[in-house]
Amino acid sequence: MEHLRKSFGDNHVLRDITLEVNKGENLVVLGQSGTGKSVLIQCIVGLTEPDDGRMWILGEDVATLGAKELLALRRKIGFLFQSSALYDSMTVRDNLEFPLRRQGHPLDRDELESLVEEALKNVGLSDAIDLMPSELSGGMRKRVGLARTLILKPEIMLYDEPTTGLDPITSREISGLILDVQKTYNTSSIIITHDIACARRTADRIVVMKEGICSAEGSFDELEQSPDAWVRSFFSDPAAIVA
Amino acid sequence: MLLRVSSLALFTFRFFKEVVQPPYEIGELATQSFLIGYKSLPLIGTTGFIIGLVLTIQSRPTLAKFGAESWLPAMVAVSIIREIGPVITALIFAGKVGSGIGAELASMHVTEQIDAMQVSGTNPFKYLVVTRVVAATLMLPILVVFADGIGLFGSFIGVNLRGHVSGYLYLSQIFQSLEYKDLFPAFIKTFFFGFAVGVIGSYEGFNSNKGTEGVGKAANSAVVFASLMVFIIDMIAVQVTSLFQQ
Repeated sequence: MEHLRKSFGDNHVLRDITLEVNKGENLVVLGQSGTGKSVLIQCIVGLTEPDDGRMWILGEDVATLGAKELLALRRKIGFLFQSSALYDSMTVRDNLEFPLRRQGHPLDRDELESLVEEALKNVGLSDAIDLMPSELSGGMRKRVGLARTLILKPEIMLYDEPTTGLDPITSREISGLILDVQKTYNTSSIIITHDIACARRTADRIVVMKEGICSAEGSFDELEQSPDAWVRSFFSDPAAIVA
Repeated sequence: MLLRVSSLALFTFRFFKEVVQPPYEIGELATQSFLIGYKSLPLIGTTGFIIGLVLTIQSRPTLAKFGAESWLPAMVAVSIIREIGPVITALIFAGKVGSGIGAELASMHVTEQIDAMQVSGTNPFKYLVVTRVVAATLMLPILVVFADGIGLFGSFIGVNLRGHVSGYLYLSQIFQSLEYKDLFPAFIKTFFFGFAVGVIGSYEGFNSNKGTEGVGKAANSAVVFASLMVFIIDMIAVQVTSLFQQ
């Protein structure tokens, strides 16, 4: 993306974002609350329309695409919501079958069953197949949300705060799953997080956002040693994240 | 207020644009019709029975004063079929179904389920709103017919509390008193009632503010606004009907 801008009234959330994500790369986006990290990925997936700037996704200039082509492109992008966004009137099985049924290629019962079971096995939740979302813990909901996103084998994954609200052990498990997804599916990912431990584990490259722009970029070790004191404090002092 | 009405008008226009385009979400439409229609039968049946019974009991003394007790079945039947059945049923429907749709969609909005649907390539407006509005529009007339039938049965019980009228005589008096002009306009307006409840419930839910307060507000607004619309539509329907009957 180039020179992406987005404002909500007088609140200029994204001022000038220029960013690139390489094939098979995990890019972590760090920043304080309110710096536009979530808005950034919402612009990528089409939930929010940017005010200005250009975006290329999988080689396609988004601005030149028609509605149908845009829909087809967006289907190649997986999005794991912060709250997992499971459909709470459906069982785990129905949640995972839902995107498969909507793809326009009719699958028979056995194929659906097989894909659902494989997706749940990959996140270690084969036993949860007939549970309702309300019966799942926070970590389980996150994993089912991930399974639902991965069932369509997206080429790009967007993670919005994947470990927020989870205990350290479950956070480590989710970080592990993110790495497994990268290895297994060779996806390119953007991970929005406040969790420095998750960033350390999953990032190939990190971008730090400040006041609507990309303030710093580099590996975890490079940014930890950054000459910019603010960037350094981000990595060395966990309290800086919630300031 | 004006902003809200214009926003609702745009929402309704979008419904008409989307409803004629595929995919038609027949599966979800059937599910919603079952939930909205079948699941409302006990409540609608109970209120219909009570209305018929109470109307009969309350009307008897007044008719008795004029020596017109024999007109009781006919009077109650015309009242229930023309006005009380459709309006009361629509109000109950607005409370149960309208608030349910408003709360459900608002809750989905708050928990990003609607966003998740959109991101996965499903049109959430078509899947959630269009199906619910169509289901409400089609189910309410059926529920009104059911309520009217149960109401007349309740009236039959009421008539026989203080007298004895056979079922055959009761039904004969009813069918003799009912005309095409009683049945047709009353049935047609129920489609508009159902549509109003569906659209307003969906609008309030789909456009709710985030947070639990937004969910409560959506449910409450859906009932209040839909109930008001039922009365407005009824007023317009009566005017239109009387124009045709002149």
